[in-house]
Amino acid sequence: MATLGELERSVMDVLWDSGDSLTAYELLERLGDAGTGRQLAPTTVLTVLSRLEAKGFVQRERSVRPHRYGAISSREDHMAELMHEVLGGAGDRTAVLERFVGQVSPDEAALLRRLLEKD
Amino acid sequence: MLVAAVALALLAVALAWPVPVLLARAAWTRQAPATALLLWQAIALAGALSIMGALLTFGLAPFGDTLIDGAVGFVGVYSGDRAIGALDLGNLFALTAAALFGGHLLLNLLLTAVRSERQRQRHRHLVRMLSSPLADSALVDSPLADSALGDRRGLRLIDTPAPVAYCLPGATRSVTVLSAGLMRLLGGDELRAVIEHERAHVDQRHYLVLLAFRAWHASLPWFPVTSLADREVGELVEMLADDRARRTVDDRTLATAIALVAGMPRRDATDAVPAEGDDVFAAESSHITAAARVRRLLGARRGVPRTSRLAVAAGAGALIAVPTVMLLAPSVGLG
Repeated sequence: MATLGELERSVMDVLWDSGDSLTAYELLERLGDAGTGRQLAPTTVLTVLSRLEAKGFVQRERSVRPHRYGAISSREDHMAELMHEVLGGAGDRTAVLERFVGQVSPDEAALLRRLLEKD
Repeated sequence: MLVAAVALALLAVALAWPVPVLLARAAWTRQAPATALLLWQAIALAGALSIMGALLTFGLAPFGDTLIDGAVGFVGVYSGDRAIGALDLGNLFALTAAALFGGHLLLNLLLTAVRSERQRQRHRHLVRMLSSPLADSALVDSPLADSALGDRRGLRLIDTPAPVAYCLPGATRSVTVLSAGLMRLLGGDELRAVIEHERAHVDQRHYLVLLAFRAWHASLPWFPVTSLADREVGELVEMLADDRARRTVDDRTLATAIALVAGMPRRDATDAVPAEGDDVFAAESSHITAAARVRRLLGARRGVPRTSRLAVAAGAGALIAVPTVMLLAPSVGLG
């Protein structure tokens, strides 16, 4: 039985891969195809979708019935957002994450090579 | 009461400038980062207490010898028992300054904490969407032995070629993220070093002390000591995490891991730079944490004797106790 977090990821994967907005039923079908939705209830999918909507990953088109759900940004855009934060492009360092090694320029990296060689 | 105010003010000045500068230059801190971090926190706390104490002691001087008397008197002004005329302009100025300064520090701390947590929460969502559990990854089996990763709880893998490793700390849950690029770059022991290092950050809750000093710097950005303290604490925290990793891998492996993740070129790049440039680099690199960490790992391991470390810890305690006692205890010989 997948956790809610894993379900969220599966739903996003389906939405990203389809490149289009889907109804909850279509989503349920495709999740079933992918082998993760065989025991999913429609209410579970709807719960996951509303959570994703609240987190700002999914938008719901209410103008059509049944409602259609689509990803707000592509997987690449989200990855870029993540990497931007990791690589310190966020500007104001508010100690969000702790990297193993911070920003290092190529010159500094070459210096590290020499330090290791000298030893 | 006035003597107490002056004494506290002098202590505040000492803690605001010469003491931090001296501590930043002390070499022993690199050999005993935990003790040094304790001292830094004591200096920051005692500094704030001294400044507030000096201002409050001076501001409430007409009401009594101790802070408690002063507070009672101050409340008495509102209840009508005391006349506000007891306080002159200097007193009022000091009290206002205390309120503004204290409020500014606390508010900044709160705002920084909230903003930080909100960003972290957003990043956590992103990690959940874009990563998979490390244990599930096919990369895990090549070329790493199963034992290299040990306990894999809370480890996630993101599919990106850039070699990155980081942790997202938190009060209740934390996650450590490694990239596919990192897994391909590092050997088994090097990877274990990275994971142990990040685990130290999570287990020891370094983000709390980093937040405090980050917020302090944000409160007083024009004051050079706050950015010095922020940098020092940041570097010491990294070295403390390195010390944890050193328990499982040897120093050279950890140093190599740091250099590789920093982007150390695989082939010899020394022919591009003349030998004389070495000293220049050495001087300039003194503020590059990665170089400082590597130097420390490759250098002779000089520990600091336990008695010395305990003495410093006791000193840190005394440092906090002094302004506290001066404020609360009735006329500690200072009247």
